[in-house]
Amino acid sequence: MADVSIDTASAPRPKRTSLTEEDARTRKRNAAEKRFQYYGIAAIATGLFFLVTLVWAILSNGLPAFQQAIVEVEYTLTQEDYDKAESALLKTGVYTDHFVAFLHQEMNDRGVELDFDKAAVERLLGKVGGDIRAFYRENENLLGQPVTFELAAASRVDRYLKGTFERDDLQEGNRFFMPGDFDLIDAMADAGLVTQAFNWNFITGVDTGVDNPGGAGIGASVLGSFFMMIVVLLLALPIGVAASIYLEEFAPKNRFTDFIEVNISNLAAVPSIVFGILGLAVFIQFAHLPQSAPLVGGLVLTLMTLPTIIISTRASLKAVPPSIRDAALGVGASKMQAVFHHVLPLAMPGILTGTIIGLAQALGETAPLLLIGMVGFVARYPDTFLEGFVEPNSAMPAQIYNWAARSDAVFTEKAWGGIIILLLFLVTMNIIAIILRRRFERRW
Amino acid sequence: MDDAGLATQTVDVTTEKKIKATNVQVFYGATHAIKDVSVDIDDKTVTAFIGPSGCGKSTFLRCLNRMNDTIDVARVEGEILLDEENIYDKKVDPVQLRAKVGMVFQKPNPFPKSIYDNVAYGPRIHGLAANKAELDDIVEKSLRRGAIWDEVKDRLDAPGTGLSGGQQQRLCIARAVATEPEVLLMDEPCSALDPIATAQVEELIDELRTNYSVVIVTHSMQQAARVSQKTAFFHLGHLVEYGETGQIFTNPVDSRTESYITGRIG
Repeated sequence: MADVSIDTASAPRPKRTSLTEEDARTRKRNAAEKRFQYYGIAAIATGLFFLVTLVWAILSNGLPAFQQAIVEVEYTLTQEDYDKAESALLKTGVYTDHFVAFLHQEMNDRGVELDFDKAAVERLLGKVGGDIRAFYRENENLLGQPVTFELAAASRVDRYLKGTFERDDLQEGNRFFMPGDFDLIDAMADAGLVTQAFNWNFITGVDTGVDNPGGAGIGASVLGSFFMMIVVLLLALPIGVAASIYLEEFAPKNRFTDFIEVNISNLAAVPSIVFGILGLAVFIQFAHLPQSAPLVGGLVLTLMTLPTIIISTRASLKAVPPSIRDAALGVGASKMQAVFHHVLPLAMPGILTGTIIGLAQALGETAPLLLIGMVGFVARYPDTFLEGFVEPNSAMPAQIYNWAARSDAVFTEKAWGGIIILLLFLVTMNIIAIILRRRFERRW
Repeated sequence: MDDAGLATQTVDVTTEKKIKATNVQVFYGATHAIKDVSVDIDDKTVTAFIGPSGCGKSTFLRCLNRMNDTIDVARVEGEILLDEENIYDKKVDPVQLRAKVGMVFQKPNPFPKSIYDNVAYGPRIHGLAANKAELDDIVEKSLRRGAIWDEVKDRLDAPGTGLSGGQQQRLCIARAVATEPEVLLMDEPCSALDPIATAQVEELIDELRTNYSVVIVTHSMQQAARVSQKTAFFHLGHLVEYGETGQIFTNPVDSRTESYITGRIG
C-alpha cells in the first residue's frame, strides 16, 4: 500500500455538513420510504375493508337462517275428542278444526279478538292436524293433559317478524300467503304465542320444495360433501404422496420427468370445470358409475386435488436439509430407509398442511359438481354408510348454488346461511392444518 | 508448523493397505474433477487430505464410500479396492459398503431424534443388536468412543439437535462408529467447531486410530500435522504428493506442495 499515494491538494474536500440536518438526497429518500409505507397501509386497509364488508354481509344475511319463529301453544286434547277424531273419515281435518277452535279460545282468553279460518292457520303453521295426530298416536297417555306444542312458523311469518318481508311485498295471487295472514301473525304475537328458537332443522334437515322453503336444511348436502372428502382423502393422499416421493427422491432427472413436472404444475392451474367435464365423460359415460353420486364427485375432486398435494409434498420434501439424507446414507441406510425413516417424518407437517388445504379447496368447489349432476333436488338421507357413496346427493356449495338460483327470497336466506356453514368447515380445516403444523414441526 | 507435534508422529511401516485406489477419475458432467489419482491408504492410520478449495479432496473422499452415487451427474472411473475387493464392482451394494466405510460430515448433522436413537439407528437397520440390552451396550460403547458419554449419559432421551456444535459432531462420530465400520471418512469434521471442540475431536481421532483406518479432509494444515501420520496433497484434481506427514511438512518433494504449505498458493 505504500506506493499508493493520494493527491490531497487536488482532491476537493466535500463541504462540511451537519449530521443533524437532512440534506436533499436524504430528504427525498425518506419521503419515498414514507410514501411506500403509506401505500402498504392503504393496501392492507383496502383488503381489510373488503373482508369486513364480506363477513358483515354474510353474517347479516345468513344468521337469520339459523333462527326460527315458533308458535308455542299449551294445548289439551281429551280422550273423548281423540276418539271422535280417530273415528272420523278425514281424521287430520278434525284435529285441525279442534286446534283452530282451541287457538281461537286461547287468543280470546288473552284478550286478542280476531277471526281466522283453518286455511290461514295451515298457511302459517303448516299441516297442524297431522302433527297433532302423529303426536297423540305416539303418546296416548298424555291425552287430557295440557301439552306445550312448539309449532314452527312458515318462513314468511319468520321474515315478516324479522322485518325483511313487508305487507307491500306480498304479490297478488300468492297462494301460500294471504293479506289477512299478516293480521293473524300480529294477533298471535300480541297474544304472546310467538317466540324465537335456534333452527336445528336448518343444520340437520334436507332440501324442500317451494311450498315449504322455511323447512329446507343443509344436512343432506353436508353429508354429501363429507362422503366426497372421504373419497378424496383416501385417494389423493396416498397417490399424491407416493408420486411426490418417487419424483423427488428416486426418479432420474431427465426430459421425461421434467415433462411430468411441468404437466403437474399445469394441471394445478386447469379450471375446475374442465375436470368436471372429464369426470362426466370418463367416470359416468365411459365407466358407467352412478350419476350425481358422491363417489364420482370425490373422484373428480381427487383429480383436482392431486396436483396441489403433489406440489406441496414435493416442496416439503425439498425443504428437508440434504444433510439428513447424507447422514442416513452415511450410516448405511438404503435410499428407501433414508426417505421413510428420516425425510418423510420431517416433511410430514408440510404434507398434512398441503393435504388439508387441498381438501378445503375441493370442499368449496362447485363447477365440476354441476357437470356430474350433483345439483339435483335431494330430499332424503342415504340409508346406510356405503349407500352414501353411490346414492344421488348434493354437496354444500352445490346446494348453496341451487338455493341462490331459486326465486323465493327464503331460499336466498338459506343460501347465505349455507355459506356460513361452509365457511365454518373451511375455517375448522385450516385451524386443524395450523395445529398439525405447530405440533409436528421439528427443528433440525 | 507444529514441530513439537511432528516429532511424535511415528509411522508403522508394517501396516497393511486398507484401501488401494488406482487411476481414479471423477467427472461431474463435463467437469473433470479428479484426474488420475492413485493412492494407498493404510489400516489403523490417520490419513489427511489437504489442498486448496475445489482441489477435489472431498470428492475423492466421497468416492471411497460411493457417496458420489447420490449425485446424478457424477461419474467415477478407475478402481478402488477395499480389502482387495473393487467397491465399484456391479455386484457391490453401496449400502453394505457404507456400513463398512462410515462417514462424518463437515456440518454436524444429527437426526432430529433423541441422542439414543441417533446412535442406535445404524445398529438397528443393520440388525447388529438382538435385543434392547445389546443395543444399550452398543450405544454406550459408541458414545464412549465418541468421547461424549459422560456429557450425555443422563439425557439420552434429549434431542440430538439440542447439543452444542462440538457435542453434535462427537455424537455424529459416535453414530458413525456404532455400525462397526472398518474405515472412517471425515470431511472437514472441525470446520464448524470452535478451537476447544476441535481439540476434543482431534484427540478423539487419535484414539480412533487404534481401531480404524481414518481418512480426514481438512483445510487446516496445522490440523493435518497434528492428527495424521500420512498426508496427501491435492491440487486442481491431481494428487500432487503423498507421503508421511512429517516428510510432507518438513521436506516436500514437489514445489507446489511447498508453495501451499508455506502459504504462497491456496
